[in-house]
Amino acid sequence: MPCFERDWTAEQVLDAIRALPIEKANLMEVCGTHTVSIARSGIKRMLPKNVQLLSGPGCPVCVTPTSDIDTILDLALEKDVIIATYGDVLRVPGSRHGDSLRRRGSEGARVKMVYSPLDAVSLAEKFPDKQVVFLGVGFETTAPGTAIAVKQAQAKGLKNFTVLSLLKTVKPALETLMAQPDFAVDGFLCPGHVAVITGAEHFRFLPEKYHRGAVVAGFEPMDILLSVYHLLRQLAEGKPTLGNEYTRAVAPKGNPLAQQTVERYFTPCDAVWRGMGEIPQSGLQLREAYRQFDAVARFGLELGKPEKPSACQCGQVITGKCPPQECPLFGKVCVPENPVGPCMVSGEGACAAAYQYQEV
Amino acid sequence: MEQVITLDYGSGGRKTSQLIDELIVPALGNKALSQLNDGAVLSGREKLVFSTDSFVVSPRFFPGGNIGKLSVCGTVNDVAMCGGEPKYLSLAFIIEEGLPVSELREIIASIAKAAQDAGVQIVTGDTKVVEKGKCDGIYINTAGIGFLRKDNLSPDNIEVGDKVIVSGFIGDHGTAVMLAREPELLESDIASDCAPLHRAAQKLWQLGDDLRVLRDPTRGGVATTLNEFTENRFFSIELQEKGLPVRPAVHAACEILGLDPLYCANEGKLLAIVKADRADEALTLLRECSEGKDAAVIGTVTATYPGKVVLKTAFGGTRVLSKLSGAQLPRIC
Amino acid sequence: MCLAVPLKIVELHGADAVAEWEGVRRKIRVDFIPDPQVGQYVIVHAGFAIERLDEKQALADQQAFSEVENALL
Repeated sequence: MPCFERDWTAEQVLDAIRALPIEKANLMEVCGTHTVSIARSGIKRMLPKNVQLLSGPGCPVCVTPTSDIDTILDLALEKDVIIATYGDVLRVPGSRHGDSLRRRGSEGARVKMVYSPLDAVSLAEKFPDKQVVFLGVGFETTAPGTAIAVKQAQAKGLKNFTVLSLLKTVKPALETLMAQPDFAVDGFLCPGHVAVITGAEHFRFLPEKYHRGAVVAGFEPMDILLSVYHLLRQLAEGKPTLGNEYTRAVAPKGNPLAQQTVERYFTPCDAVWRGMGEIPQSGLQLREAYRQFDAVARFGLELGKPEKPSACQCGQVITGKCPPQECPLFGKVCVPENPVGPCMVSGEGACAAAYQYQEV
Repeated sequence: MEQVITLDYGSGGRKTSQLIDELIVPALGNKALSQLNDGAVLSGREKLVFSTDSFVVSPRFFPGGNIGKLSVCGTVNDVAMCGGEPKYLSLAFIIEEGLPVSELREIIASIAKAAQDAGVQIVTGDTKVVEKGKCDGIYINTAGIGFLRKDNLSPDNIEVGDKVIVSGFIGDHGTAVMLAREPELLESDIASDCAPLHRAAQKLWQLGDDLRVLRDPTRGGVATTLNEFTENRFFSIELQEKGLPVRPAVHAACEILGLDPLYCANEGKLLAIVKADRADEALTLLRECSEGKDAAVIGTVTATYPGKVVLKTAFGGTRVLSKLSGAQLPRIC
Repeated sequence: MCLAVPLKIVELHGADAVAEWEGVRRKIRVDFIPDPQVGQYVIVHAGFAIERLDEKQALADQQAFSEVENALL
């Protein structure tokens, strides 16, 4: 895999990009942190007009279907339940207008923000007469830590700690996107920290099976700009391949310790993604041996119920088919203070990034 | 407006504006109040500045200050930003039963010290105690009166070409309080910048009408305050990300938590818009007092993007800085 | 959301560690780092170190993220 220079200036990379014989290119960033970095640094406007950056299904709360949010909101009302969650999830709206964990918190539900799955374990120790449910939202990157939380809860003999696993994996979602007939993306900025866990080779299926460019990218604006350049060069040369711009963190085979930990505690399951429907083997659920820590089993929950139709275009936005600004609700009905869909809530949602970091 | 007040309505961003515009101004508005400045200039034998503020900060004690010091500085600063020399404060406590007297004593000592430093007298007060659970330890309201020393400070005076000055490092208070609230989260020596700004303001009044407006960027931070200047006006404000005065530790904490120092509260910083050819003089004046020793020019008033605040990013891009939406929440990390 | 900046391990107690950047310290876990050592730089995600970086690369990353800081410093 090629290794790239980081000591170029942005202008040098942009010159190199402009010199490439590209008619039109649609590139997709699959990670929400990339979306934010692109928006914060203003990269979109710096690129030539014929190069489009589209946001993919890489914001963990954005791909969570509304029906699952409703399930969480109902769970928050249960007596003696404490919901422990990352901050991003607090404002995600349920299907009822204005409903969210934050709202439930104002109405008396116990909702605690945590910064690590282990914080949720500590909560369970602190409140032995309450049931602490940790909302396990995220991708391959958050799965290993979630597994360690279960390990700790078991070691401490906690009977009041469960995980509601909404964990998802990126590859099945990308395969689903590729199978859609109107999906017109020429290359992918692959998620850097997912690749830290899975290894860069995990994304080799993109060039080999689908003939699309793929570059594993870091998170600094320069990482992203360089990755864009290398994707465009692949396109110009007509040779889609796998690149790794983030070699300083991403090994070809990833982090085996983290992979083994996930493997020990979780097993793939079918999962529903917002706007994409059910994707086989795209979720992670706790293995049977850890059922006592599974909130789905403990509370008899049902995840992945069919979604109700909505004017919100989040599903189209996270599949690269609708830029946030083209959603009829964007910036009018749907604003960060009053989000209709999760893409307007999460700091790394495509709509929130487009709204908060408007281009001029 | 929603059916219930959520925490977002107190964050100083758009929802706070909505609350003020839809609920308060229609019912209570008058010539002085509807200006929505930090305080009001009233007529009388001598022109007065009058301002009030309530303090509910949690935790009550944080590095760099406590709710008592804050309650003095906050109101003193609002008076000073309106061109007033702060003179008299009222002080009202709402105390939850069970508050240790030792804490109250410490808070009052801080109030006394801050009042002395700011040259104000506390001339009237009130104390109520409420049942446990009805408030969180202690809430304080102060109102302040000052004599008008610099008239005509208003965003309406701003002209294209003017410079934007901040009196020092940004984001200290918001970051310090957030970290004090979540001691398990990060450990740092970041302290609140809580300080009275009457000296810094007085220095700048010397610029006469070349000083267009003063404001202290508290909740919602520098970005939100600058938006209050540009909103519905013909000019824009352009900031340079490179060179923004942000302490390395504040920058690091914000980066780790996914926050933006431009949206973090300050309690001892002022923003001044001054005529371009007086900017250097303004910096020199500010640096004569300790509250302004790290003052810097951070931006320029332009005609390019009317109504907007725009940031030239360190990377070379350009983006709009809008008002804070809701409260800043730390991200998944 | 991913934290792009590497942090430096400054304390180590089994799988519990403290990582630091610019004097800001965060408790982390190093379950996924084989043979972790004080002084090493790691990428942290939701409280867990997920990979080690070599020092030169890590310092370059931190530098890139410090670009917005005041030239006075």
